[in-house]
Amino acid sequence: MIGSASRQITELHSPRTWCGILAVLAAAAVVVPSLNAFTSPDSFLHVPDYVIPLLGKYLCYALVALAVDLIWGYTGILSLGHGVFFALGGYVMGMYLMLSIGGEGVYKSDLPDFMVFLDWKELPWYWRGFDHFAFALFMAPVIPGLLAFAFGFFAFRSRIKGVYFAIITQAMTYALMLLFFRNATGFGGNNGLTDFKRILGFSLQEPSTKRGLYIVTVLVLFCSYLLCRYIVKSKLGRVLTAIRDAEGRIMFCGYDPLNYKLFAWTLSAVLCGVAGALYVPQVGIINPSEMQPSSSIEMAIWVAVGGRGTLVGALAGAGIVNGAKSWFTVAMPDFWLYFLGFLFIGVTLFMPRGIVGLVGRLFRRGVS
Amino acid sequence: MLKNRKLPFAVSLSLVFNFILWLSAGSPSAAGELETVLRGLADKSRVTIKKTVVKLGELGDPAALPALEALLHKRLRVDAAGRLIIINEEETAGTDAVSGEAVPIDSAALRAPRINNAVRRVLRPAIARLKLNSGDPDVRLAAAKALMKRPSAAILPLLQKTLKKETDTRVRETLSLVVAQIQLQGDDRDRQLEAFSLIGQFGDNRFKSDLEKFLAKNADGAFMETNPEFRQAAAKAIASIEQRQFFKNQIGNLFYGLSLGSILLLAALGLAITFGLMGVINMAHGEMLMLGAYSTYVVQNLVNTYFPELFNWYLAAAIPTAFVVSALVGIALERLVIRHLYGRPLETLLATWGISLVLIQTVRLIFGAQNVQVANPPFLSGGVELFQGVVLPYNRIVIIIFVICVVGLVSMLLLRTPLGLQVRAVTQNRPMASCMGISAGQIDMWTFGLGSGVAGLGGVALSQIGNVGPELGQFYIVDCFMVVVLGGVGKIAGTVAGAMGLGIVNKFLEPVAGAVLGKIAVLIFIILFIQKRPQGIFALKGRTVEN
Repeated sequence: MIGSASRQITELHSPRTWCGILAVLAAAAVVVPSLNAFTSPDSFLHVPDYVIPLLGKYLCYALVALAVDLIWGYTGILSLGHGVFFALGGYVMGMYLMLSIGGEGVYKSDLPDFMVFLDWKELPWYWRGFDHFAFALFMAPVIPGLLAFAFGFFAFRSRIKGVYFAIITQAMTYALMLLFFRNATGFGGNNGLTDFKRILGFSLQEPSTKRGLYIVTVLVLFCSYLLCRYIVKSKLGRVLTAIRDAEGRIMFCGYDPLNYKLFAWTLSAVLCGVAGALYVPQVGIINPSEMQPSSSIEMAIWVAVGGRGTLVGALAGAGIVNGAKSWFTVAMPDFWLYFLGFLFIGVTLFMPRGIVGLVGRLFRRGVS
Repeated sequence: MLKNRKLPFAVSLSLVFNFILWLSAGSPSAAGELETVLRGLADKSRVTIKKTVVKLGELGDPAALPALEALLHKRLRVDAAGRLIIINEEETAGTDAVSGEAVPIDSAALRAPRINNAVRRVLRPAIARLKLNSGDPDVRLAAAKALMKRPSAAILPLLQKTLKKETDTRVRETLSLVVAQIQLQGDDRDRQLEAFSLIGQFGDNRFKSDLEKFLAKNADGAFMETNPEFRQAAAKAIASIEQRQFFKNQIGNLFYGLSLGSILLLAALGLAITFGLMGVINMAHGEMLMLGAYSTYVVQNLVNTYFPELFNWYLAAAIPTAFVVSALVGIALERLVIRHLYGRPLETLLATWGISLVLIQTVRLIFGAQNVQVANPPFLSGGVELFQGVVLPYNRIVIIIFVICVVGLVSMLLLRTPLGLQVRAVTQNRPMASCMGISAGQIDMWTFGLGSGVAGLGGVALSQIGNVGPELGQFYIVDCFMVVVLGGVGKIAGTVAGAMGLGIVNKFLEPVAGAVLGKIAVLIFIILFIQKRPQGIFALKGRTVEN
């Protein structure tokens, strides 16, 4: 049993690719944290403390890109609402972190500060249980998954697809953003959840905690990658691709696209929720602006830049676009939107297969 | 020196004179009496001024109005001879308060009678009473409304007298309400009962607190008002007021819903047409609204700089400018980007999103990230008060009319012109239309220009009721998409129904559920609605697996 499972995993890639993947994994999970922890700050090889959460943030985005690629690149469903699933996962983790502050907030109350500020006397019912880490860990994928399941069930059942589906998902994220902006909704309104102190008793300010979170993120991303790879390689993945390319035909072949789409859609939302839960302790804040329609569209461009329908492309795209964002917003903030705007236009017009397609073409030209 | 010594003498003389006048309140010839009483305003004693005001009110001659109003607005002056002079706002010219003749003024020699709150308290009802005798029904109505704010038992006889000879129904209604209000507070029990029925008949929300006093309970939980008949009458009056208020609110909601719907319609019309034609969603459509609004801003500034005398009419120039600017940008967009993405609607969506980012940032760099000021022309400010508390602003009324005109023109264009025929042909079946010799590419271009231009017109309308900033378009775009989803594509009737439905439902839900929950309810409604009708309200008939 274990043997067959491990064989299935090893068969996902050729041995040569496996070597590459494991090398990258080792570099990310072992070398980078070691260079942060064990080298002296003056050393040429030293990785500064601020880089670790930054890399962790990119890895969370990469996980989101993976999820978007699964639903858009492979199943052909463009979602402009994945920011909601990401933010919901983040809020779930944020609720745990908020409650774990205990009485050390500004108002020295057992309630989170914003509730004291709103003059609330007790926790709302939907905050119950989030003081347990395990419960929050369980809810982080489940809540986005449930929302996605309900939404997807109604949308796919009435065969909404293409741009229709895209703009309805956008309306969903917009509506939820408005909901979370309200103070009365009970998630901190405008400011969201912030001022976290510790996770599982470890202070979030400590470099060691940051390293730990980073390593966990690397491992989760690795496992999620393997899961996605497994799915797209399987028969299920082929059906998904067939739905993307010719939904009508797959229906005439006797498949019901509803279940397949719903599976891919819900899984994608779950992955986003996990990414959000990993994101919040590293970045230290979650607020409704993560649900802005624009952040969800940006997620699509990560995948488009890297190359749709290639999981590696999604990972690379997330890294490249967010790296560019970090650089632009510091170096020339006025031109970041220009860059992003022209990236949207340029990639769709001239690079339909993204960077992976471009590299592949160059490589093939080099060979021939 | 001489003057100064004389003045106290004159004052004391006039004081004595006035006092005598008070004692001998006979009725000599009306005009003469008015004149003599008016002189009292020139007195230095506030007590005398107050008494004079009361007396003037009792006389009820509208001729005293200018002087009293001038006193209230601090524009009354007294010259050395004790003559009352009303000066204009710039204090450059004056008129005699009694004769109305223009008099030269020398501001150094003028003294302003000083008034305090005690005087003001009698001044306002006195002015209102004089106005009630005015020949103009509008002035009488305004006066009656002013009295409603400060009813006092003292003027009851006067009101009843006025009420008897009043002919205008609006004034009658308001006056009888004032009477009822006074009677309600009085001691006469029979009159109170009368007042209940009157208030129930005509009254509005302002009377509720007065009526609720009759239903109040004391600390033991027993009614303060012992007579059950009174309690019933009060409760009945409250119920009928509430019912009327509810009805009024619904009318107000309906109007604001229509207003919101008409703006959404203008914003979504172009989107629906191009979506129907090409099957692509233009995410930069909201920015066409924004460009239209900024065109209005630029035109406003140009007119203000070069033709300030024509400023009231700058919208006449702004409307075509906004249309042309947005249409040109739309055409450029179609030629440069969308044309190359034909058949890939999802990529088009992303590319047009990129364009919208570029447009927003460009506008932000040129005009700044802050909102800019677009002024309403004078004839668009203000509004009609339909009922107490329900005001229909002129700009919203004009926008509704404007939208009706634009939608009429666009549907004429689509239904009655060769271009419209071709647009409809391409919308229904692109390959077949191409086979018939229609250049689908050209049609795409012109339609895109038209759709964007209409959105530009929407921008002009928006600039008149809201803020104009770089993110204007983003604010409306999601609602526009919902209109398209709800209304279906390629049918103007569907878009109209979708926009109006969304606007009205939104405004009716807002007071019940709050703006945000209302929006969410609308979204859930839309998702459920497209379960039943995935193609929108007015779907094109046909059977396809793929759309």
